[in-house]
Amino acid sequence: MYYRRTLTEAQINQQLLGTVLTTPLWWIVLVSLLGIVVAGAVGAVGWMINQGLGVTGLRQPVFWGFFITNFIFWVGISHAGVMISAILRLSQAEWRRPMVRAAETMTVFALMASLAMPLVHAGRPWRIFYWVFPYDWARGIWPDVRSPLVWDPIAITTYLTSSMLFVYTALIPDLAIIRDRSTGWRRSVYGALSLGWHGNPRQWKIQGFAGILLSALILPVFVSVHSIVSWDFSVSLVPSWHVTIFAPYFVIGAVHSGVSAVVTLMIIMRKLYKLENFIWEEHIDALARLLMVVALAWMFLFWLDLVFALWLREEQEITVWMLRMFEPPWSWLFFLFFMFSFVIPVPLWMFRRVRRSFTWMLWTSLLVNFGMFLERFLIIVPALMRKGPQTFTYATYRPSPVEFTIIFGTIALVCFLLLIFSKFFPLIPLWEEKEGQLLIDHVKVGNVYVPALVKEH
Amino acid sequence: MANTQLLGLFEDPQKVADAMGELKGAGFPVEDLDIYSGSPFPEGAFGEHEAEHRLFMFPLVGALIGFSIGLLWTAGTQISYPLITGGKPILSIPPMTIIMYENTMLGAILFTVLGVLFESRLPKRDLGLYDERITEGYIGIYVDCPVERAGAAEAVLNSNGAEEIKKA
Repeated sequence: MYYRRTLTEAQINQQLLGTVLTTPLWWIVLVSLLGIVVAGAVGAVGWMINQGLGVTGLRQPVFWGFFITNFIFWVGISHAGVMISAILRLSQAEWRRPMVRAAETMTVFALMASLAMPLVHAGRPWRIFYWVFPYDWARGIWPDVRSPLVWDPIAITTYLTSSMLFVYTALIPDLAIIRDRSTGWRRSVYGALSLGWHGNPRQWKIQGFAGILLSALILPVFVSVHSIVSWDFSVSLVPSWHVTIFAPYFVIGAVHSGVSAVVTLMIIMRKLYKLENFIWEEHIDALARLLMVVALAWMFLFWLDLVFALWLREEQEITVWMLRMFEPPWSWLFFLFFMFSFVIPVPLWMFRRVRRSFTWMLWTSLLVNFGMFLERFLIIVPALMRKGPQTFTYATYRPSPVEFTIIFGTIALVCFLLLIFSKFFPLIPLWEEKEGQLLIDHVKVGNVYVPALVKEH
Repeated sequence: MANTQLLGLFEDPQKVADAMGELKGAGFPVEDLDIYSGSPFPEGAFGEHEAEHRLFMFPLVGALIGFSIGLLWTAGTQISYPLITGGKPILSIPPMTIIMYENTMLGAILFTVLGVLFESRLPKRDLGLYDERITEGYIGIYVDCPVERAGAAEAVLNSNGAEEIKKA
């Protein structure tokens, strides 16, 4: 039950526009620190371009390593943002209000980080455009639409464009609020961005429909994008990759890591931005229950993936799984992945006290994401370093410091971009919070007051 | 006949509903009255003009355009620059559907956003008669009326407890 704190519109403005209208010291410090890490990663990319891919740990036959793992990881993170937001909007769940904007924004920045990875992975990033865009009109050379190298950028750019529009459309009323609280050039900028929003009944009605319509349209895109990412793998002939279960397995894995990332983000936001009046134990509890369902579904598909591999009795398939599960160091990573993604967090989430503890939920959600990064790593690397009839080398893969720097750089980049966003735009939608205040009341039943939600049909 | 605009600012939603009722009773057409608020109130809360819209048409049109572009792009490139593989058709349908699907959805989403802007009558260059307090909890009643009826409108707004009345 949600006992919403009663706040006036002015109080909501004041509390949610804190970092937009003023700049706290912690924000400057954090942005500077993260900026240094991002700059380090940019430097590492520059060094790699200058020296060649030899500075990474990529060697024949393992040509997909940390960069592609990171690509899958961030695409996965990006998925739950829009999924949570869209499902909660469609179902008009009351507890969506404080989390939709942050989740959608995380989607956009995670997608940007993921898009950077194939470019970095190419070693010569400019050459990737040769594969995707028509580059030589005179000779009539076009990219082959049958190639996953074309599907992937199209799917991800579709999702990125859609997510950005999704965020912007719901942001317009809040931009008008900031416009009305700003002066000088800021007022002009927010005035232009808010497009002359007045907040008349017509605009509110369209805004409401837009939320539902865009949610309904973006949900299938979210499912399709991670399915397409999984097809990058499953259309290949690499053992353990060409399984029919890969698309749903990837999608549910993405939701598992993405919802965990939303939990992490909400808890950190609550602490940093002092959002105790907006993000409560009930929100984290609801997300934890969702996570339990997702984790169990993910485990079912993981199990199916394993069973399908064993059922075929193909030597190659079994070799890869044996390598993953029983040969160090992969077996250690497999153990950690399994513990972090499922065995430790899921039983813990069964306890209400854990689900309602911000500290426990922060650490368990971080564990899940560490585990899910390992999962993607274990899907990719052991499968490529297999010993097969057509493979004459059997090399291991050890990520180099350059790769580690770039990976940490992408984590810092997403946090950095989220902080920059929060400086200019509110991370919690003000108008949705105000609407929540308007539509909720408490009615007395016997000796207790219970929240009664007024909904429009 | 010249027109003028008034904006009455209220704090209490009930007073807004009463003022709107009285304005309509006094012969002000509902199309010339508007409500400005900082949060969405339930439809019809103030007896305002109910907006008709065709937002649902936009994604359909966008989807059709996106699908057509996807079809032209995928089929066009394969027909124009065929990669002939023995025993296989020139057009490879399964990968085409992936691109066509994404383009269809992108078209639908782009047109939905365009539809949102069009149906919300945005962008507007000039805010016109407006007050910043509207996004801080005040509710504004906007009246567009002939100059000689401005006094009557102002009287209705005042009698219903308007905190302030602004005039264009």
